[in-house]
Amino acid sequence: MHPLIQELVSRGPVITDGAWGTELQARGLGVGDFPDIWNLTHADRVGEVASAYVAAGSQVILTNTFGANRIRLSEQSAADRAGEINARGVEISLKAAAGKARVFASLGPTGKLLANGDVTEGELRAAFGEQARALAQAGAYALLVETMSDLEEARIAVGAARETGLPVVACMVFDSGKDKDRTMMGITPEQAAKALTEAGADVIGANCGQGIAGFITICQRLHAATDRPIWMKPNAGLPIMVAGRARYTTTPTDFAGYIPALIKAGASFLGGCCGTRPDFIAAIRHSSR
Amino acid sequence: MPDLKKLYDSVVSGDAKATQAITKEALDAGVDPLTLVNEHMVPAMDEVGRRFEANEYFVPELLISARAMKASLELIRPLLIARGDKPVGRVAIGTVKGDLHDIGKNLVASLLEGGGFEVIDLGVNVPPERFIETVNEKQANIIAMSALLTTTMPSMKTTIDALKQAGVRDKVKVLIGGAPITQKYAEEIGADGYSENAVGAVALAKKVVAPA
Repeated sequence: MHPLIQELVSRGPVITDGAWGTELQARGLGVGDFPDIWNLTHADRVGEVASAYVAAGSQVILTNTFGANRIRLSEQSAADRAGEINARGVEISLKAAAGKARVFASLGPTGKLLANGDVTEGELRAAFGEQARALAQAGAYALLVETMSDLEEARIAVGAARETGLPVVACMVFDSGKDKDRTMMGITPEQAAKALTEAGADVIGANCGQGIAGFITICQRLHAATDRPIWMKPNAGLPIMVAGRARYTTTPTDFAGYIPALIKAGASFLGGCCGTRPDFIAAIRHSSR
Repeated sequence: MPDLKKLYDSVVSGDAKATQAITKEALDAGVDPLTLVNEHMVPAMDEVGRRFEANEYFVPELLISARAMKASLELIRPLLIARGDKPVGRVAIGTVKGDLHDIGKNLVASLLEGGGFEVIDLGVNVPPERFIETVNEKQANIIAMSALLTTTMPSMKTTIDALKQAGVRDKVKVLIGGAPITQKYAEEIGADGYSENAVGAVALAKKVVAPA
């Protein structure tokens, strides 16, 4: 195990953070605005989100860099600002963490599909390599490859992230098939755990895609298929639309009620994805004690 | 005369080269192009859809089968156009304004083409005016909208309202899809249909353009 991960998990389950996008929207990010660019234009408000999670008890917080790869930034005509956006993202989270939380820097998918010829392996490798180096140089504790639907893209991102020497977390979205236990491309938790372990990820997991109830068996299956610690970030259920806005129906108490089962299923890192907020983190912290 | 069962098999297994080769052989032997489409390849895509619903096939298999069918249609379509046959329908497809996600939209576009539709791909972040233009200038009879984000799905309603204002709502069927979309939402905003996945989208598109 990577010594930096060993150090974290040796004292029991680690509490991570919740969603960022919805928190930024609550602070004025507009519909269709690209959140990562706020690292340059609204650093104070991005810092507020990070601070809110630290105050709620997050021991690990992420960075506002989920979409800050060259491929997605090019859609915003901001590809050349990739280095700067990633560096500022880490700086903002480090400042908010103030030594009380570790900063795991986020790398999300490019939104292009290798299997459909939308992007090449070389383009993916270059984009993730550039982002990973910028995040590492700015002082991230670890790198997080998250919300991946395509195992090939995840492997390429893990490979690029590993070159920095930092610990690498890799997690995928299991939301397809009748039991919602496959990725969009049909990969099972066992196949993902095996391939990501071979790719050299130090922590393996799942995030997004569905509510926390469905994560229990996914966690068990990932845990049974790898010796790496397991990372879990479920959604607060599926959204319903109320007056044109998304509402997530799972409450912090409902969510936290599943945490003991998730720990029993082998999870070492616990947090939330879409629809989870700082009060969810406080509730997780309470129920994981 | 080639064995046309092989055409079916090559689409189901996603072998584009074989699909195209058998198509060429059959056309050279004088088989009617529509027979190839309706009696062999459409049933093959139906089988691909059945396997997808049964969790035997996933997105990669859908893509390669659609690509195989497309390879064959490249040979067939010019013949159909030359003799004046019309495509099943003409679809203007795009991810709605404010949303830049294109994987789901691209997948539906590929499968619609595989299903014999003419597809006009408007890309991502498509404003309502672009959809209206495509109805007016290219005579699209289906509008297919995608959204991945709960924050951008209201753009679907905006687009439908704009179609009404422009007086073209009755000329098109509006289909919607994407992770946060539900049948209930489709009904609320007055869309003509919703599909949970790309395979269902093709069946839905065929249903809405079928003569009543």
